[in-house]
This record gives sequence, structure tokens and C-alpha cells, in this order.
Amino acid sequence: MSAATLTAPTNAPDARIPLRAHLRHTGALVRRNLLWIRQDPESMFDALLFPIVFTLLFVYVFGGSIGQALGGGQDQYVQYVVPGLMAMMGMNMAMGVGTGFNTDFNSGVMDRFRSLPIGRGSVLFAKIAVELLRMLFATAVLMIVAVLVGFEITDWPGLLASVGLSAVFGSSVMWVFLTLGVVMKSAQSVQAMGFLVLMPLQFGSSIFAPPGSMPGWLEAFTRYNPLSTLADAARGLMTGGPVAHNLWITLGWSVALTAVMAPVAIHKFRTKS
Amino acid sequence: MKDIDNAPTAADSAVTVRGLVKHYGETKALDGVDLDVREGTVMGVLGPNGAGKTTLVRILSTLITPDAGHAVVAGYDAVRQPRQLRRVIGLTGQYASVDEKLPGWENLYLIGRLLDLPRKEARARADELLERFSLTEAAKRPTATYSGGMRRRLDLAASMIGRPAVLFLDEPTTGLDPRTRNEVWDEVKRMVGDGVTVLLTTQYMEEAEQLATELTVVDRGRVIAGGGIEELKARVGGRTLRVRPVDPAHLRPLAAFLDETGLTGLATATVDTRRDDVLVPILSDEQLTAVVGAVTGRGITLASITTELPSLDEVFLSLTGHRAGAPQDSAPADTREEATV
Repeated sequence: MSAATLTAPTNAPDARIPLRAHLRHTGALVRRNLLWIRQDPESMFDALLFPIVFTLLFVYVFGGSIGQALGGGQDQYVQYVVPGLMAMMGMNMAMGVGTGFNTDFNSGVMDRFRSLPIGRGSVLFAKIAVELLRMLFATAVLMIVAVLVGFEITDWPGLLASVGLSAVFGSSVMWVFLTLGVVMKSAQSVQAMGFLVLMPLQFGSSIFAPPGSMPGWLEAFTRYNPLSTLADAARGLMTGGPVAHNLWITLGWSVALTAVMAPVAIHKFRTKS
Repeated sequence: MKDIDNAPTAADSAVTVRGLVKHYGETKALDGVDLDVREGTVMGVLGPNGAGKTTLVRILSTLITPDAGHAVVAGYDAVRQPRQLRRVIGLTGQYASVDEKLPGWENLYLIGRLLDLPRKEARARADELLERFSLTEAAKRPTATYSGGMRRRLDLAASMIGRPAVLFLDEPTTGLDPRTRNEVWDEVKRMVGDGVTVLLTTQYMEEAEQLATELTVVDRGRVIAGGGIEELKARVGGRTLRVRPVDPAHLRPLAAFLDETGLTGLATATVDTRRDDVLVPILSDEQLTAVVGAVTGRGITLASITTELPSLDEVFLSLTGHRAGAPQDSAPADTREEATV
């Protein structure tokens, strides 16, 4: 290198990374993660099979009896559960981001990234961007299966809006799992932790069944569970019904989670030795 | 922060380290390290496992921050100007730090883009470096299918993309077989030929001897010796005399005879059957003359007499009191070197 760089004053402030460079770095890292998928298409199996298996299971196992309670049959349950499954999809994809990132983090290549003059956040933003693409893919599969088992799409703009809402909320949850991915020692522990948190949240919500018949304490829990408001908002958008209240609460959760967890994730990533 | 001014850095110093301390709990990975690497030289940092070598490299490449002291690389402070510093360094870690799922070419292209090279230039640089490190044929294959040596070469190529002023090589040949190790050495020598300043950590004496011009010996987080390699060897004192008789049949009688004379005083003469000569440790020129005189008087015809400086293994042993890499009973293990596995 030139002598000029070698004699630069050591008390000058550090260089800043311009926004355009951030975007470029994130783009290069997104490409990396997309190449992984091309190299290893099996990594998309979860996004492909998850919506198929869950839709079939819930519709054919619980559909009849819950549908009856709803005052109809299986057809009525399909209309009820598909928006819920869409909400659930975001959560499961979000958990994947944590385990994948943990594995990635423990490989030597992360040291190289951290020794390059890039914003540390770029690595995380790229991960989230790719995971959102996987989520959209899973959602598309879900909608195809849903239509095959009898779901009626009545409101296309509403459908798109609920896809968008699930993506927004899903990405805010991804920051939580990214933090776990950075902080925890192994991918297995991230996954175990994820299940522990997600299972009660998913089942203790209005995703699969209306909370009306639940005991009081659980009903109270489901009412404040953000997955319920997300599912209810999606339901309202896709099949009609009240939307505004649930929509705002869901967006509020998304903003709050991102505002708190994104800086934590980036900080933990930056300072992890 | 006035401490910067207290430690004047030489104008031609590419790396300046003053009083560097890093603790992991009770473990002092670095316990006050000073180090200077002059521009265009290869500094070997030699020490056993757990000596703090990796911790030093991780601080210099801004992966971790020190608890005390400071480090300046190519004019940039490792703590206060990490982004500028990252632009002028290359890093090859102890374990090949390439993305195993990506093909070799994609690895290099990615790093080029992350170093802000325009697309076209990043492509050209990837092609050029693959060619130079003899990886062109494997360019499209996932790195996971590469042999250990290929992976290490790709790693070296990756650290050269940004045309770094200072290159950190953290145990670049650990875990490689001897033939592959020689390959990597050749590559490193070529890189040095391009004028890059190198800081190399190693546990292998042979590696330091092959690649480094100057040496810093570290043990348990402290620098215990430093200087030119020859200078260090001389400081430890003692030389080895290699006496080769014309007739290999004279080897054992010659060794026995030298032992009997009791000239050497240090240790006994030994026969090196591989090279067909007798090794005699000597302490002074007088002893050298005495040995030659005694052999001549005995009437054994000699093919050659050479003197050798001690090996770095011996240097380490005499400096630290224990063998390099030998288990240390009371020494705390360097947690970093474990954790990066």
C-alpha cells in the first residue's frame, strides 16, 4: 500500500460507511445466501412441506369438529384456519433464521466478514431478506394447498395485505431469533429455545381455534398474545370482519420488537468475540 | 486519548503494539505485549498453544478489543479506527475461513464486493487470484469438495483481494500434511515478494525459519524474546559442529572417540545416520579448533566440517524452560484458541 496510508494520523475519527455501501454489502450477502439455496435445494424442503403438512393435518383432523362448533363444517374451518396458518408460517420461518445463523456464526467465514470494512448489520439484514423470501415462498405454497382443500379467496387486496402484515411481523420476530442465534452456543439450543417459546404462543392463540371455549386465564392470555391479533387481523383482511384494531396492535408489536431487538442483535453481533 | 502520543511509532512501522492486555476471566491471554513489525518484513510470532498468539491476531484484525494497551496497524488504531484498519489488512485464520457451501469463485467475488470493488473489477480479481493460486479448474466447485491444501490456498487468495498492506496469517499450515504445507509456504513467500508486510503466528519452528525474517517468542501471554532469527539463535548460545568422515564406517568410532576426549563438555556426540555425520555440541571457537585437532590426530579423513546454529526448538527450550507445544501444568489454556475451533 502507499506510504500515505501508513502514516495516516491515528487520532482521526473512524470512517463512516455510506448508505449505498450498506445496501451494496447487504446485496452481496443476499446473493451468498441465495447461492446456498441453489447449492442445496433441500434447504427449501421445510418451506415447501411445512404449509402442506400443517394445512392437511389441521383441516382433516380438527376441521370437522371445530367447524361444527363454529356453526358449520370443515369448509367453515378452512376459512378460519388458513389465515391463522399464514401467521404461524412467519413464526416458524423466523425460528429457522436463528438456527441457520448460529451455524453460520460458528464457521470461520464469520471472522472474515467481521474483519472486512462492512457495516456489521449488513450480515443480519441479508439474512432477514433471504428468510423473508423463503417465507413468501412458503405462503404461496400455503395458499395453493388452501385453495385445493376448499379455501375461497374472496378479497385479493386483503389477501396481499395479510401476506404483507405477516411478513412485517415475521421479520420483527426474526430479530429475536437472530439475537438468540448470536448469543447461544449451538444451533440445537437455539431450536430447543425456539420451540419452548413458540409452541405455547402458537397454540395459546386464536390461530387454530376460537378462544371462546378456553378457560378464562387462557382466554386472557390469547387476547394479549400478538399471534392472536396477527391471526385475527389476517382473518379480517382475507375473509371479512373487523380489522383495524388488530391491525394496529400487530403493527405496534412489530415496531416495538424491531426497535428493541434489532439494536440488541446488531450489538451482540458486533461485540461477539 | 493521549496515550497514543506516548508511544511514538517508527515511520516505517507497519504494526505497533504497546502494552496489550486481554483477559478472559482469570486467564491472561495477553499480559502486556509490545511488538513492532517493520514495513515489508515478515514477523513470526512463535509460541505454544495457549501462548496468546490467536488473541493477538484477533485484536490486530479488530475482531476483539483489548482490555488495555493499544495497537496500530498501517497507521490506524485498532480500537478507534477499526473500519479504516479493516480496509488495509488481510486475514487468514487458523481454520480456513471460506464459505464451504459456495464455489471458490463465488467466495472471492463476494469478498471483492464487500470490499467495494465494482462488479466488473470484483469478477476480474476473482479470476486473477484463482489463476494465481492454481484454483482455476476448481473455480465452480463448492469449496466443501476442496482438499485441505486447496481450501487454505483459497483462504490466502481471499485475504489478498483487497491488496492489503498488512497480512495476518494465524497458523496458516496447522493441520496440513508436509507436502501441502510446503505448497502454502511457497504461496506465502510469493506474497511476501509482492511487498506485503506479514505477521505470522506459528507453533512450528521450521515454519518460522522458512518464512520469517524476525521473530517474537511468546509464552503465556508475554513476549519472552524478540529479534532476528539468527540473532536469537546466537543469543541462546552454543553451536553444533557437523563432522563428516569420508568413510561412513568411521562414524561410530569417531563419535566414541570424541566422547572419550571429553572436549565438548555440553553433551555427548551423536551420530546422524541420515546425513552420515557426527554432531558435536560446542561452546566456543577454541573447542571447535580442539575437536578438529583431535580428529586430525586420530587419522580419520574428513569430507566436511560445518557449524550450525541451534534449531528454534532448542531456542524455545532454553528461553522458556519447557518445550514448545508441550503440556504446561500450571499454564492457563488460551480460551480463544480453543473457542475458534
